[in-house]
Amino acid sequence: MGEEVKLFRSWSSSFALRIVWALEIKGIEYEAVFEDLSNKSPLLLQYNRVHKKIPILVHNGRPIVESFVILEYIDETWKQAPLLPEDPYERAMARFWAKFGEDKVLTSIWSAFIKQGKEQEEAMVAAMENLKFLEKEMKGKKFFGGERIGYVDLTLGWLANLGSIFEEIVGLKIVDEEKFPLLYSWMQDFAEAPIIRDNWPPRDKMIVKFQALLDAAIAASSSSSSSK
Amino acid sequence: MADEIILLDLWASMLGMRVRVALAEKGLKYEYREQDLRNKSPLLLEMNPVHKKIPVLIHNGKPICESLIIVQYIDEVWYNKSPLLPSDPYQRAQARFWADYTDKLNAKSLYELGRQLWLTKGEEQETAKKGFMECLKLLEGELGDKPYFGGENFGFLDVALVTFSCWFFAYESFGNFSVEAECPKLVAWSKRCMEKESVSSSLEDPLKIHGFVIMMRKELGAE
Repeated sequence: MGEEVKLFRSWSSSFALRIVWALEIKGIEYEAVFEDLSNKSPLLLQYNRVHKKIPILVHNGRPIVESFVILEYIDETWKQAPLLPEDPYERAMARFWAKFGEDKVLTSIWSAFIKQGKEQEEAMVAAMENLKFLEKEMKGKKFFGGERIGYVDLTLGWLANLGSIFEEIVGLKIVDEEKFPLLYSWMQDFAEAPIIRDNWPPRDKMIVKFQALLDAAIAASSSSSSSK
Repeated sequence: MADEIILLDLWASMLGMRVRVALAEKGLKYEYREQDLRNKSPLLLEMNPVHKKIPVLIHNGKPICESLIIVQYIDEVWYNKSPLLPSDPYQRAQARFWADYTDKLNAKSLYELGRQLWLTKGEEQETAKKGFMECLKLLEGELGDKPYFGGENFGFLDVALVTFSCWFFAYESFGNFSVEAECPKLVAWSKRCMEKESVSSSLEDPLKIHGFVIMMRKELGAE
Protein backbone atom coordinates (compact mmCIF):
# COMPACT_ATOMS: atom_id res chain seq x y z
CA MET A 1 0.00 0.00 0.00
CA GLY A 2 1.67 3.21 -1.14
CA GLU A 3 1.07 5.58 1.72
CA GLU A 4 2.49 9.02 1.29
CA VAL A 5 2.65 10.98 4.52
CA LYS A 6 4.18 14.45 4.72
CA LEU A 7 4.32 16.76 7.69
CA PHE A 8 4.82 20.47 7.17
CA ARG A 9 6.46 21.79 10.31
CA SER A 10 8.99 24.28 11.64
CA TRP A 11 12.07 23.59 13.76
CA SER A 12 10.50 25.10 16.89
CA SER A 13 6.74 24.76 16.72
CA SER A 14 5.27 22.98 19.75
CA PHE A 15 2.08 22.42 17.79
CA ALA A 16 3.89 20.54 15.02
CA LEU A 17 5.79 18.55 17.63
CA ARG A 18 2.50 16.98 18.72
CA ILE A 19 2.19 15.47 15.26
CA VAL A 20 5.82 14.33 15.16
CA TRP A 21 5.26 12.48 18.43
CA ALA A 22 1.98 10.92 17.26
CA LEU A 23 3.53 9.68 14.01
CA GLU A 24 6.57 8.29 15.82
CA ILE A 25 4.50 6.61 18.54
CA LYS A 26 2.48 4.85 15.85
CA GLY A 27 5.59 4.02 13.82
CA ILE A 28 4.29 5.81 10.71
CA GLU A 29 6.86 6.67 8.06
CA TYR A 30 6.66 10.26 6.96
CA GLU A 31 8.58 13.02 5.24
CA ALA A 32 9.16 16.18 7.27
CA VAL A 33 8.99 19.43 5.32
CA PHE A 34 10.56 22.26 7.32
CA GLU A 35 9.04 25.68 6.66
CA ASP A 36 10.56 29.07 7.26
CA LEU A 37 7.55 30.83 8.74
CA SER A 38 8.88 34.25 7.77
CA ASN A 39 8.84 33.06 4.16
CA LYS A 40 6.01 30.57 3.74
CA SER A 41 6.12 28.26 0.74
CA PRO A 42 3.39 28.38 -1.95
CA LEU A 43 2.60 24.78 -1.01
CA LEU A 44 1.92 25.73 2.63
CA LEU A 45 -0.37 28.57 1.55
CA GLN A 46 -2.16 26.23 -0.83
CA TYR A 47 -2.65 23.44 1.72
CA ASN A 48 -3.81 25.75 4.52
CA ARG A 49 -5.67 28.58 2.78
CA VAL A 50 -7.68 29.51 5.85
CA HIS A 51 -5.01 29.83 8.55
CA LYS A 52 -1.75 29.70 6.57
CA LYS A 53 -0.06 27.86 9.44
CA ILE A 54 1.77 24.68 10.31
CA PRO A 55 1.43 21.85 11.18
CA ILE A 56 -0.12 20.45 8.03
CA LEU A 57 -0.38 16.72 7.51
CA VAL A 58 -0.63 15.68 3.88
CA HIS A 59 -1.81 12.09 3.48
CA ASN A 60 -1.84 10.75 -0.08
CA GLY A 61 -2.01 14.32 -1.37
CA ARG A 62 -4.85 15.51 0.91
CA PRO A 63 -4.13 18.09 3.60
CA ILE A 64 -5.39 18.08 7.17
CA VAL A 65 -4.72 21.12 9.35
CA GLU A 66 -5.09 22.17 13.02
CA SER A 67 -3.09 19.96 15.39
CA PHE A 68 -6.08 18.60 17.36
CA VAL A 69 -7.88 17.71 14.12
CA ILE A 70 -4.71 16.07 12.76
CA LEU A 71 -4.23 14.02 15.95
CA GLU A 72 -7.77 12.62 15.73
CA TYR A 73 -7.28 11.92 12.01
CA ILE A 74 -4.05 10.02 12.69
CA ASP A 75 -5.70 8.04 15.49
CA GLU A 76 -8.64 7.08 13.25
CA THR A 77 -6.51 6.19 10.24
CA TRP A 78 -3.74 4.21 11.93
CA LYS A 79 -5.21 2.07 14.68
CA GLN A 80 -2.02 0.84 16.37
CA ALA A 81 -0.94 2.45 19.67
CA PRO A 82 -4.23 4.32 20.16
CA LEU A 83 -3.96 7.89 21.46
CA LEU A 84 -7.59 8.42 22.51
CA PRO A 85 -9.38 6.01 24.86
CA GLU A 86 -12.04 3.67 23.47
CA ASP A 87 -14.80 4.54 25.90
CA PRO A 88 -16.90 7.51 24.70
CA TYR A 89 -16.96 9.13 28.15
CA GLU A 90 -13.19 8.86 28.54
CA ARG A 91 -12.79 10.27 25.04
CA ALA A 92 -14.99 13.24 25.93
CA MET A 93 -12.84 13.81 29.04
CA ALA A 94 -9.64 13.64 26.98
CA ARG A 95 -11.03 16.17 24.49
CA PHE A 96 -12.13 18.40 27.38
CA TRP A 97 -8.69 18.47 29.02
CA ALA A 98 -6.92 18.99 25.72
CA LYS A 99 -9.18 21.99 24.99
CA PHE A 100 -8.65 23.30 28.52
CA GLY A 101 -4.90 22.98 28.09
CA GLU A 102 -5.05 24.95 24.85
CA ASP A 103 -7.63 27.62 25.67
CA LYS A 104 -6.70 28.26 29.31
CA VAL A 105 -3.35 26.82 30.34
CA LEU A 106 -1.38 27.76 27.23
CA THR A 107 -2.99 31.20 26.99
CA SER A 108 -2.34 32.10 30.64
CA ILE A 109 1.22 30.77 30.71
CA TRP A 110 2.05 32.54 27.45
CA SER A 111 0.66 35.78 28.91
CA ALA A 112 2.63 35.25 32.12
CA PHE A 113 5.75 35.00 29.95
CA ILE A 114 5.16 37.77 27.40
CA LYS A 115 3.35 40.47 29.41
CA GLN A 116 4.68 42.89 31.99
CA GLY A 117 3.54 44.53 35.20
CA LYS A 118 -0.07 44.11 36.28
CA GLU A 119 -1.02 42.08 33.20
CA GLN A 120 1.71 39.58 34.03
CA GLU A 121 0.59 39.32 37.65
CA GLU A 122 -2.97 38.64 36.58
CA ALA A 123 -1.79 36.06 34.05
CA MET A 124 0.25 34.27 36.73
CA VAL A 125 -2.80 34.10 39.02
CA ALA A 126 -4.86 32.63 36.18
CA ALA A 127 -2.05 30.20 35.29
CA MET A 128 -1.84 28.93 38.87
CA GLU A 129 -5.63 28.40 38.99
CA ASN A 130 -5.51 26.49 35.73
CA LEU A 131 -2.55 24.35 36.79
CA LYS A 132 -4.45 23.38 39.95
CA PHE A 133 -7.12 21.77 37.78
CA LEU A 134 -4.47 19.83 35.85
CA GLU A 135 -2.79 18.75 39.08
CA LYS A 136 -6.10 17.35 40.30
CA GLU A 137 -6.60 15.48 37.04
CA MET A 138 -3.21 13.77 37.43
CA LYS A 139 -4.21 12.02 40.66
CA GLY A 140 -3.48 8.30 40.50
CA LYS A 141 -2.00 8.54 37.01
CA LYS A 142 1.49 8.49 35.59
CA PHE A 143 0.45 10.19 32.36
CA PHE A 144 -2.83 11.95 31.54
CA GLY A 145 -3.48 8.93 29.32
CA GLY A 146 -2.92 6.55 32.25
CA GLU A 147 -0.05 4.12 31.99
CA ARG A 148 0.85 5.18 28.46
CA ILE A 149 1.29 8.56 26.82
CA GLY A 150 -1.96 9.55 25.13
CA TYR A 151 -3.80 12.39 23.41
CA VAL A 152 -3.86 14.78 26.36
CA ASP A 153 -0.16 14.23 27.10
CA LEU A 154 0.72 15.08 23.51
CA THR A 155 -1.39 18.24 23.52
CA LEU A 156 0.10 19.40 26.85
CA GLY A 157 3.62 18.28 26.00
CA TRP A 158 4.76 21.85 25.28
CA LEU A 159 4.57 22.46 29.03
CA ALA A 160 7.30 19.90 29.70
CA ASN A 161 9.70 21.88 27.49
CA LEU A 162 8.54 25.48 27.18
CA GLY A 163 7.70 25.61 30.88
CA SER A 164 11.33 25.52 31.97
CA ILE A 165 12.45 27.67 29.03
CA PHE A 166 10.01 30.44 30.02
CA GLU A 167 11.04 30.06 33.67
CA GLU A 168 14.70 30.43 32.77
CA ILE A 169 14.17 33.54 30.62
CA VAL A 170 11.76 35.37 32.91
CA GLY A 171 12.96 34.10 36.30
CA LEU A 172 9.44 33.06 37.34
CA LYS A 173 8.58 29.66 38.78
CA ILE A 174 5.57 28.41 36.87
CA VAL A 175 5.35 24.71 37.71
CA ASP A 176 6.65 24.73 41.28
CA GLU A 177 7.51 21.19 42.41
CA GLU A 178 6.07 21.86 45.86
CA LYS A 179 2.81 23.37 44.63
CA PHE A 180 2.29 20.94 41.78
CA PRO A 181 4.15 17.70 42.61
CA LEU A 182 2.16 15.46 40.26
CA LEU A 183 2.42 17.85 37.34
CA TYR A 184 6.11 18.32 38.01
CA SER A 185 6.83 14.60 37.95
CA TRP A 186 4.64 14.21 34.83
CA MET A 187 6.85 16.80 33.13
CA GLN A 188 9.95 14.76 33.98
CA ASP A 189 8.42 11.42 32.91
CA PHE A 190 7.05 12.85 29.70
CA ALA A 191 10.22 14.72 28.73
CA GLU A 192 12.34 11.62 29.29
CA ALA A 193 10.20 9.19 27.29
CA PRO A 194 12.45 8.17 24.35
CA ILE A 195 10.25 9.37 21.47
CA ILE A 196 9.63 12.67 23.22
CA ARG A 197 13.23 13.21 24.33
CA ASP A 198 14.65 12.48 20.89
CA ASN A 199 12.52 15.14 19.22
CA TRP A 200 12.90 18.24 21.38
CA PRO A 201 14.18 21.24 19.42
CA PRO A 202 17.64 22.46 20.52
CA ARG A 203 17.22 24.22 23.87
CA ASP A 204 19.80 26.95 23.25
CA LYS A 205 18.10 27.93 19.99
CA MET A 206 14.73 27.95 21.75
CA ILE A 207 16.04 30.27 24.47
CA VAL A 208 17.41 32.66 21.85
CA LYS A 209 14.12 32.59 19.96
CA PHE A 210 11.84 33.23 22.94
CA GLN A 211 14.17 35.80 24.47
CA ALA A 212 13.93 37.70 21.18
CA LEU A 213 10.12 37.47 21.23
CA LEU A 214 10.07 38.80 24.79
CA ASP A 215 12.46 41.64 23.97
CA ALA A 216 10.25 42.65 21.03
CA ALA A 217 7.14 42.57 23.25
CA ILE A 218 8.80 44.71 25.93
CA ALA A 219 9.96 47.20 23.30
CA ALA A 220 6.47 47.37 21.81
CA SER A 221 4.77 47.93 25.17
CA SER A 222 7.18 50.60 26.38
CA SER A 223 6.94 52.54 23.16
CA SER A 224 3.14 52.79 23.34
CA SER A 225 2.07 56.01 25.01
CA SER A 226 -1.00 54.77 26.91
CA SER A 227 -0.51 53.07 30.23
CA LYS A 228 -2.72 50.26 31.51
CA MET B 1 -31.65 0.26 29.26
CA ALA B 2 -32.90 3.32 31.12
CA ASP B 3 -30.60 6.23 30.27
CA GLU B 4 -30.87 9.28 32.45
CA ILE B 5 -30.05 12.41 30.44
CA ILE B 6 -30.14 15.90 31.93
CA LEU B 7 -29.20 19.08 30.04
CA LEU B 8 -28.14 22.19 31.96
CA ASP B 9 -28.71 25.03 29.54
CA LEU B 10 -29.83 28.62 28.91
CA TRP B 11 -32.76 28.99 26.51
CA ALA B 12 -31.09 31.64 24.31
CA SER B 13 -27.67 30.00 24.04
CA MET B 14 -26.79 28.94 20.52
CA LEU B 15 -24.16 26.67 22.03
CA GLY B 16 -26.75 24.91 24.18
CA MET B 17 -29.02 24.63 21.14
CA ARG B 18 -26.36 22.53 19.42
CA VAL B 19 -26.83 19.89 22.10
CA ARG B 20 -30.63 20.11 21.83
CA VAL B 21 -30.42 19.54 18.07
CA ALA B 22 -28.10 16.55 18.53
CA LEU B 23 -30.34 14.98 21.17
CA ALA B 24 -33.39 15.50 18.92
CA GLU B 25 -31.57 14.00 15.92
CA LYS B 26 -31.00 10.87 17.97
CA GLY B 27 -34.60 10.84 19.24
CA LEU B 28 -33.46 10.96 22.86
CA LYS B 29 -35.62 11.87 25.83
CA TYR B 30 -33.99 14.15 28.35
CA GLU B 31 -34.71 16.52 31.20
CA TYR B 32 -34.04 20.16 30.36
CA ARG B 33 -33.01 22.34 33.31
CA GLU B 34 -32.92 26.09 32.67
CA GLN B 35 -29.95 27.75 34.40
CA ASP B 36 -29.70 31.24 35.86
CA LEU B 37 -26.15 32.30 35.07
CA ARG B 38 -26.31 35.25 37.44
CA ASN B 39 -27.07 32.87 40.28
CA LYS B 40 -25.38 29.60 39.40
CA SER B 41 -26.91 26.44 40.78
CA PRO B 42 -24.93 24.07 43.03
CA LEU B 43 -25.49 21.40 40.38
CA LEU B 44 -23.91 23.52 37.64
CA LEU B 45 -20.93 24.34 39.84
CA GLU B 46 -20.52 20.68 40.75
CA MET B 47 -20.87 19.40 37.18
CA ASN B 48 -18.68 22.07 35.54
CA PRO B 49 -16.25 23.25 38.22
CA VAL B 50 -13.63 24.28 35.67
CA HIS B 51 -15.67 26.67 33.51
CA LYS B 52 -18.99 27.01 35.42
CA LYS B 53 -20.76 27.37 32.06
CA ILE B 54 -23.55 25.86 30.07
CA PRO B 55 -24.27 23.65 28.25
CA VAL B 56 -23.54 20.62 30.45
CA LEU B 57 -24.90 17.19 29.59
CA ILE B 58 -25.28 14.81 32.52
CA HIS B 59 -25.56 11.19 31.32
CA ASN B 60 -26.29 8.68 34.04
CA GLY B 61 -24.80 11.07 36.57
CA LYS B 62 -21.60 11.83 34.64
CA PRO B 63 -21.07 15.35 33.25
CA ILE B 64 -19.79 16.27 29.80
CA CYS B 65 -18.95 19.92 29.05
CA GLU B 66 -18.21 22.06 25.95
CA SER B 67 -20.90 22.00 23.26
CA LEU B 68 -18.93 20.38 20.43
CA ILE B 69 -17.45 17.79 22.77
CA ILE B 70 -20.98 16.98 23.97
CA VAL B 71 -22.26 16.65 20.37
CA GLN B 72 -19.42 14.24 19.52
CA TYR B 73 -20.13 12.27 22.70
CA ILE B 74 -23.82 11.97 21.79
CA ASP B 75 -22.85 10.88 18.28
CA GLU B 76 -20.47 8.22 19.61
CA VAL B 77 -22.76 6.76 22.28
CA TRP B 78 -25.91 6.67 20.12
CA TYR B 79 -24.12 5.77 16.92
CA ASN B 80 -26.97 3.66 15.54
CA LYS B 81 -29.27 6.52 14.68
CA SER B 82 -28.72 9.57 12.44
CA PRO B 83 -24.90 9.62 12.48
CA LEU B 84 -23.67 13.21 12.63
CA LEU B 85 -20.00 12.74 11.81
CA PRO B 86 -19.23 10.92 8.54
CA SER B 87 -17.49 7.56 8.72
CA ASP B 88 -14.51 8.50 6.53
CA PRO B 89 -11.59 9.92 8.58
CA TYR B 90 -10.79 12.62 6.01
CA GLN B 91 -14.42 13.85 5.89
CA ARG B 92 -14.49 13.77 9.69
CA ALA B 93 -11.35 15.90 9.76
CA GLN B 94 -12.97 18.45 7.44
CA ALA B 95 -16.10 18.64 9.61
CA ARG B 96 -14.00 19.02 12.76
CA PHE B 97 -11.81 21.67 11.15
CA TRP B 98 -14.74 23.91 10.20
CA ALA B 99 -16.52 23.41 13.53
CA ASP B 100 -13.24 24.30 15.26
CA TYR B 101 -12.91 27.35 13.00
CA THR B 102 -16.13 28.77 14.42
CA ASP B 103 -15.02 28.09 17.98
CA LYS B 104 -11.44 29.32 18.05
CA LEU B 105 -10.94 31.06 21.33
CA ASN B 106 -7.56 32.66 20.76
CA ALA B 107 -8.61 34.39 17.63
CA LYS B 108 -12.19 35.57 17.90
CA SER B 109 -14.85 32.89 17.76
CA LEU B 110 -18.10 33.39 15.86
CA TYR B 111 -19.83 33.61 19.24
CA GLU B 112 -17.40 36.30 20.43
CA LEU B 113 -17.71 38.33 17.23
CA GLY B 114 -21.49 38.12 17.35
CA ARG B 115 -21.47 39.28 20.95
CA GLN B 116 -19.37 42.32 20.09
CA LEU B 117 -21.75 43.05 17.25
CA TRP B 118 -24.66 43.67 19.61
CA LEU B 119 -22.70 44.93 22.57
CA THR B 120 -20.37 47.56 21.12
CA LYS B 121 -20.59 50.67 18.98
CA GLY B 122 -18.54 52.62 16.47
CA GLU B 123 -15.17 51.28 15.38
CA GLU B 124 -15.24 48.26 17.70
CA GLN B 125 -18.56 47.20 16.26
CA GLU B 126 -17.39 47.72 12.69
CA THR B 127 -14.36 45.52 13.31
CA ALA B 128 -16.55 42.81 14.81
CA LYS B 129 -18.99 43.06 11.90
CA LYS B 130 -16.18 42.72 9.41
CA GLY B 131 -14.76 39.66 11.19
CA PHE B 132 -18.21 38.12 11.52
CA MET B 133 -19.04 38.51 7.82
CA GLU B 134 -15.62 37.23 6.76
CA CYS B 135 -16.29 34.10 8.76
CA LEU B 136 -19.78 33.62 7.29
CA LYS B 137 -18.51 34.18 3.74
CA LEU B 138 -15.81 31.56 4.21
CA LEU B 139 -18.40 29.16 5.55
CA GLU B 140 -20.70 29.89 2.62
CA GLY B 141 -17.80 29.06 0.30
CA GLU B 142 -17.37 25.77 2.12
CA LEU B 143 -21.08 24.99 1.77
CA GLY B 144 -21.02 25.66 -1.96
CA ASP B 145 -24.02 24.10 -3.68
CA LYS B 146 -24.42 21.23 -1.24
CA PRO B 147 -27.78 20.94 0.52
CA TYR B 148 -25.99 20.58 3.87
CA PHE B 149 -22.43 21.06 5.07
CA GLY B 150 -22.46 17.29 5.57
CA GLY B 151 -23.34 16.78 1.88
CA GLU B 152 -26.62 15.03 1.19
CA ASN B 153 -27.19 14.53 4.90
CA PHE B 154 -27.47 16.90 7.83
CA GLY B 155 -24.35 16.39 9.95
CA PHE B 156 -21.95 17.58 12.65
CA LEU B 157 -21.00 20.87 11.03
CA ASP B 158 -24.66 21.67 10.29
CA VAL B 159 -25.43 21.12 13.99
CA ALA B 160 -22.51 23.35 14.98
CA LEU B 161 -23.59 26.24 12.76
CA VAL B 162 -27.36 26.20 12.35
CA THR B 163 -27.99 27.38 15.90
CA PHE B 164 -26.41 30.75 15.06
CA SER B 165 -29.11 31.35 12.45
CA CYS B 166 -31.79 32.18 15.04
CA TRP B 167 -29.43 34.92 16.24
CA PHE B 168 -29.03 36.48 12.77
CA PHE B 169 -32.02 38.81 13.17
CA ALA B 170 -30.58 40.22 16.41
CA TYR B 171 -27.11 40.61 14.88
CA GLU B 172 -28.57 42.32 11.82
CA SER B 173 -30.66 44.75 13.86
CA PHE B 174 -27.87 45.93 16.09
CA GLY B 175 -25.12 45.61 13.52
CA ASN B 176 -27.15 47.23 10.77
CA PHE B 177 -26.47 44.76 7.96
CA SER B 178 -28.15 41.88 6.17
CA VAL B 179 -26.81 38.34 6.29
CA GLU B 180 -28.99 37.36 3.33
CA ALA B 181 -27.57 40.17 1.18
CA GLU B 182 -24.00 38.95 1.76
CA CYS B 183 -24.56 35.18 2.19
CA PRO B 184 -27.77 34.12 0.43
CA LYS B 185 -26.73 30.44 0.25
CA LEU B 186 -26.18 30.34 4.00
CA VAL B 187 -29.65 31.76 4.66
CA ALA B 188 -31.19 29.28 2.21
CA TRP B 189 -29.31 26.49 4.00
CA SER B 190 -30.58 27.64 7.41
CA LYS B 191 -34.17 27.60 6.12
CA ARG B 192 -33.63 24.11 4.72
CA CYS B 193 -32.35 22.98 8.13
CA MET B 194 -35.39 24.53 9.85
CA GLU B 195 -37.58 22.11 7.87
CA LYS B 196 -36.16 19.38 10.06
CA GLU B 197 -38.09 18.74 13.27
CA SER B 198 -34.88 18.36 15.30
CA VAL B 199 -33.80 21.87 14.30
CA SER B 200 -37.15 23.72 14.43
CA SER B 201 -37.93 22.26 17.85
CA SER B 202 -34.49 23.21 19.24
CA LEU B 203 -33.91 26.71 17.90
CA GLU B 204 -35.52 29.74 19.52
CA ASP B 205 -37.72 32.38 17.90
CA PRO B 206 -35.46 35.13 16.44
CA LEU B 207 -37.80 37.78 17.90
CA LYS B 208 -37.38 36.35 21.38
CA ILE B 209 -33.60 36.31 20.88
CA HIS B 210 -33.81 39.95 19.81
CA GLY B 211 -35.70 40.72 23.05
CA PHE B 212 -33.05 38.83 25.01
CA VAL B 213 -30.30 40.93 23.45
CA ILE B 214 -32.14 44.15 24.32
CA MET B 215 -32.31 42.98 27.92
CA MET B 216 -28.63 41.93 27.97
CA ARG B 217 -27.53 45.29 26.50
CA LYS B 218 -29.35 47.11 29.31
CA GLU B 219 -27.85 44.83 31.93
CA LEU B 220 -24.35 45.21 30.57
CA GLY B 221 -24.74 48.99 30.29
CA ALA B 222 -24.50 49.12 26.53
CA GLU B 223 -27.39 51.57 26.22
